[in-house]
Amino acid sequence: MSQPLSAEQLLGAWRRMVTIREFEERLHREMPKGMIPGFTHLYSGQEAVAVGVCDTLELDDVIVSTHRGHGHCLAKGCEVKPMMQEIYGRAGGLCGGKGGSMHIADFSKGMLGANGIVGGGPPLATGAALAFRNLGNRRVSVSFGGDGSSNQGTVLEAMNMAVVLKVPTLFVYENNGYSENTAAEYAIGAKDLAERCAAFGMPAETGDGTDFFDVYERTQRAVERARNGEGPSSLVFTCTRFFGHFEGDPQKYRAADEVETFRQTMDCLRKFRERVTAEGWLEESALQQVHEEVLALIEEAVEEAMAAPLPDLSTLTTDVYTSY
Amino acid sequence: MPVMSYREALTDAYRLAMRKDPRVCILGEDVAGGAGASGQRNIGGIFGPWPDFLPEFGEQRMIDTPISESAIVGTAVGAALCGLRPVAEIMFSDFLGLCLDQIWNQAAKFRYMFGGQTHCPVVIRVNTGAGMSAGSQHSQTGYGMMTNIPGLKVVVPASAADVKGLVMTAIDDPDPVIIFDHKALFTDKGEVPEGEFYLPFGEAELVREGDDCTIVAISRMVKFSQKAADALEKDGITVDLVNPRTLSPLDEETILESVEHTGRLVVVDESNPRCSAATDIAALVASKGFASLKAPIELVTAPHTPPPFAPNLERAYLPGPKDIEAAVRRTLKGRTT
Ligand SMILES: Cc1ncc(C[n+]2csc(CCOP(=O)(O)OP(=O)(O)O)c2C)c(N)n1
Ligand SMILES: [Mg+2]
Repeated sequence: MSQPLSAEQLLGAWRRMVTIREFEERLHREMPKGMIPGFTHLYSGQEAVAVGVCDTLELDDVIVSTHRGHGHCLAKGCEVKPMMQEIYGRAGGLCGGKGGSMHIADFSKGMLGANGIVGGGPPLATGAALAFRNLGNRRVSVSFGGDGSSNQGTVLEAMNMAVVLKVPTLFVYENNGYSENTAAEYAIGAKDLAERCAAFGMPAETGDGTDFFDVYERTQRAVERARNGEGPSSLVFTCTRFFGHFEGDPQKYRAADEVETFRQTMDCLRKFRERVTAEGWLEESALQQVHEEVLALIEEAVEEAMAAPLPDLSTLTTDVYTSY
Repeated sequence: MPVMSYREALTDAYRLAMRKDPRVCILGEDVAGGAGASGQRNIGGIFGPWPDFLPEFGEQRMIDTPISESAIVGTAVGAALCGLRPVAEIMFSDFLGLCLDQIWNQAAKFRYMFGGQTHCPVVIRVNTGAGMSAGSQHSQTGYGMMTNIPGLKVVVPASAADVKGLVMTAIDDPDPVIIFDHKALFTDKGEVPEGEFYLPFGEAELVREGDDCTIVAISRMVKFSQKAADALEKDGITVDLVNPRTLSPLDEETILESVEHTGRLVVVDESNPRCSAATDIAALVASKGFASLKAPIELVTAPHTPPPFAPNLERAYLPGPKDIEAAVRRTLKGRTT
């Protein structure tokens, strides 16, 4: 097969995927130390979806994310250090420590926010796309959502609305098999999620969420349609999460060897690495070097975040209309 | 009397209610847990209140639902109209936004709007409150808004005993009831009567008696007010501490009688202040107990902002014992009687 992306693009994709993986693996190790407040949902295992999708987008295209948002943030270009500070609740965080893991946003990168409400995002992405349509630019919006989110009324309404208004948006579903501890198999009555999306009157397809190239190519086609004014699409990517629903989840609902097996068979980083080296598109040494740079950056980010100043208490009442 | 945690009291109350009445069922996300998954079924609920409910009561009564809050509540409401006594669980009270119509325009109105033809014996159970750095969308309360809805009963248990007695009453109640269980209280322990135990709605608990000031505190704020009262007592200041237990119906009498005795009022609520339970209680006393008041009413609430994530900001957001103590002292400033 001919090389689908330049070496530079491929190395960039690798950097982003490895950054997400190592960011999350590190958080997983840091969580038990008790310095990271609140609920944290890790994205490990799903990297190819975030990066495969976001790599088809321009800086001024926008995404709307979920509670499991670190991967989407990093893929859309959020910086590691201010993200880490946000997760640690520090003043230098992307939201000044007011948001936390579940509410990281960086509007300068077209990242309109992780969202603690399952199904909160898709209507917003539909609205973003309406703005782009009316403003007459060629920007697109993407909402990410899990298999579980596909059952939320707001999401179904947004899909229909997007079709009716014919706006340039993509509904990306990451089917990692579970919503919390309930299987997608159980909760999605239609079984085939893409078929259900198609029933709204838009193109919908299922891809391999562990294969960066599959994600990239399918998304690229859908983005092209959207930019050309042909309306929304849905993409369902099958994938898995390597950690629990949230950090601290004992995961009794998963068979004892499930995660280990998936780490062997569904690791999108390994697949990418094997593919690009086997095809001769990238050198192993280049991949390795990026990996080491990423590890160093994350090490610095964690150390800096832990030492970073807390938000000033005066910020409690800023950024909100208040006089009480 | 047995001592149990707030969570254990939840388990105890719902288990007893389900054993007693086969019409009672629980619907919600992951309430039994593990549906369709490769590992264990029967996980026992997100904050763990339903251990082994699935084997005991079966799938027809422990109903795992998709993530569909509006349909969860609506389904429970419809079932309540047709012979069941359903409990709909909404994982965080912040998610009430997604199912508000089914509560506000449907369940709460049916008895009145249909001219008394029907009751709607549904219970909505939500986990509520700040204190876990859960951020702006997982830390709010919402009982103020719910109290604004006619036809809906609003329950705010402050202790393990409250949980048990109020849950059992809620399930037997013919009208829609929403119960706000405070997630930062789940491991707090207290004495809880054994067996069936009912606390009537609209009857406040006088947690502590004193002479100088009345504190009305909601949910977790009862615990914080106890600490404040302990500190004040060292200076010879004693308070009446009133736990309303239910905001709708509200025990106006106990509050007014207490203020008549003390002449001063501090209302403590971790919710945002505007149009809140706190302002409602303050308005009650200002309008019906004005003659008893010797000092302006003090409100101790969160600021009018969303709950912030960073723990230091969240601590500043939440009222604490010190804020309550200071408010009581303000009501006593320059007192002559
Ligand atoms: C409206 C709403 N309901 C429930 C929750 C609790 N909750 C958080 S994540 C989640 C599961 C989401 O599953 P899915 O959409 O598949 O995403 P995943 O966690 O697998 O990434 C649930 C039920 C929530 N945050 N918001
Ligand atoms: Mg999922």
